[in-house]
Amino acid sequence: MRTPLYDSHVAAGGRMVDFAGWEMPVQYSGILDEHRTVREAVGVFDISHMGEFFISGQGACAWLDSLLTNRAGSLKPGEAQYSLMLNEGGGVIDDLIVYRLAGDEFLLIVNAAKIDEDAAWMKGRLAAGVVFENRSADFAALAVQGPASGSVYEKLFGGPMPAERNRVVELGEGFVVTTGYTGEKGFEWVIPAAEAPGAWERVLACGAKPCGLGARDTLRLEMCYPLNGSDLSPGHSPLEAGLGLFVDFSKPAFPGRAALLAQKTAGVTCRLCALKAMEKSPPWRPHYPVLVGGDVVGETTSGALSPSLGCGIAMAYLPAALSQPGQEAAIEIRGKTFRACVQKKPIYQKPS
Amino acid sequence: MNVPDNLRYAESHEWILVEGDTGTVGITDHAQAELTDIVFAEPPAIGKPVKAGEVAAVVESVKAASDIYSPVSGEVTGRNEAVEKDPALLNTDPFGAGWIYKVRLSNPAELEALKDPAAYRAQIGA
Repeated sequence: MRTPLYDSHVAAGGRMVDFAGWEMPVQYSGILDEHRTVREAVGVFDISHMGEFFISGQGACAWLDSLLTNRAGSLKPGEAQYSLMLNEGGGVIDDLIVYRLAGDEFLLIVNAAKIDEDAAWMKGRLAAGVVFENRSADFAALAVQGPASGSVYEKLFGGPMPAERNRVVELGEGFVVTTGYTGEKGFEWVIPAAEAPGAWERVLACGAKPCGLGARDTLRLEMCYPLNGSDLSPGHSPLEAGLGLFVDFSKPAFPGRAALLAQKTAGVTCRLCALKAMEKSPPWRPHYPVLVGGDVVGETTSGALSPSLGCGIAMAYLPAALSQPGQEAAIEIRGKTFRACVQKKPIYQKPS
Repeated sequence: MNVPDNLRYAESHEWILVEGDTGTVGITDHAQAELTDIVFAEPPAIGKPVKAGEVAAVVESVKAASDIYSPVSGEVTGRNEAVEKDPALLNTDPFGAGWIYKVRLSNPAELEALKDPAAYRAQIGA
């Protein structure tokens, strides 16, 4: 599949790769350069492959609250929140952002690989009066990220970017939201698919540099933002993933609640930990064994060379007893082990 | 894409410069462009025996690890420590400062199986 920006990527020198069935740019100028651009200036990512669901009708808010972990009802119109969709066992089906557009009008942005599964799951649980529309093909989206994103916003929209995160502004048939996946200031611009190439050109003309999925991955990993399918999976709960903040147990019911409550009472047996290299090593990658005291105790779910820190970083589910910051560990790469240490999240702190 | 005339090339994108009984091995301009940002290089140890077509070294970009296959058999007589310290040399000067190792050829006849510059240019469409 191709997003409406496929030709724009090729024209900009994007190196196209398969991502969840989509032909997406992994990089243009290079992952290190694009990473630095987002940390120091401003970059733009095509996130049109992600899914857009619109939920409306009487009872839409209560319905979302009965399905997702976070409380959509706590959002005022114009606000957004991170939330999760769980199976009955408390494992993660998908993580998503819920945007409240009006009283009973919501926009959900879900992962590209999960659009069909999420849509089927939600439609199979539809409540009377609630309208569910999967409009993923109708919309494109651009993520403009970096300390200079405010200037792009001003040039595009003629006013200052909202200072608060998770704010939604409706613009014509599209939306601008102050969300992102990089740890930098920025906004995501959801626009009708046909308008995407023009919007992309305007964003570039305002000074943003095109960035690919490679830099998106290193940026989010430095912040320890989980990637579904790697760090999140049906076999692990949000409590194990360190996302308890986004689970509202005061709601009476949602899929997975009972399992999570039991896990909360008993204590989790493993935790998604951040790891950092303590010595020079080859770049870390996903699925490398993690050892403590010579025993394999887990494997990296994500791993990369951190362009900001210049060393290996990773996330891995480790036994709860070995999950505290300061815990010494090792990563095995091609038969050799390299010293590592469990870190407090996020791994990267922006210099103040 | 630069394909110097004084080298021979393996289909797997290594080059070799032969001087007497010693060859200097690196990766081509095309290979470094495909790999992009090279952030790690591990040349083989001096004295290590290498075989034509077998893995002799590893280089890694941000996105992927890539095996380097020895174009010839022999014994490693030199390793470029500069690329270990600064792997980006493989990107900026693949045919010069970015060389990876030197090998004393045990079977110079293997050179016949490598591509000349014209054949390698044809392979990469240069």
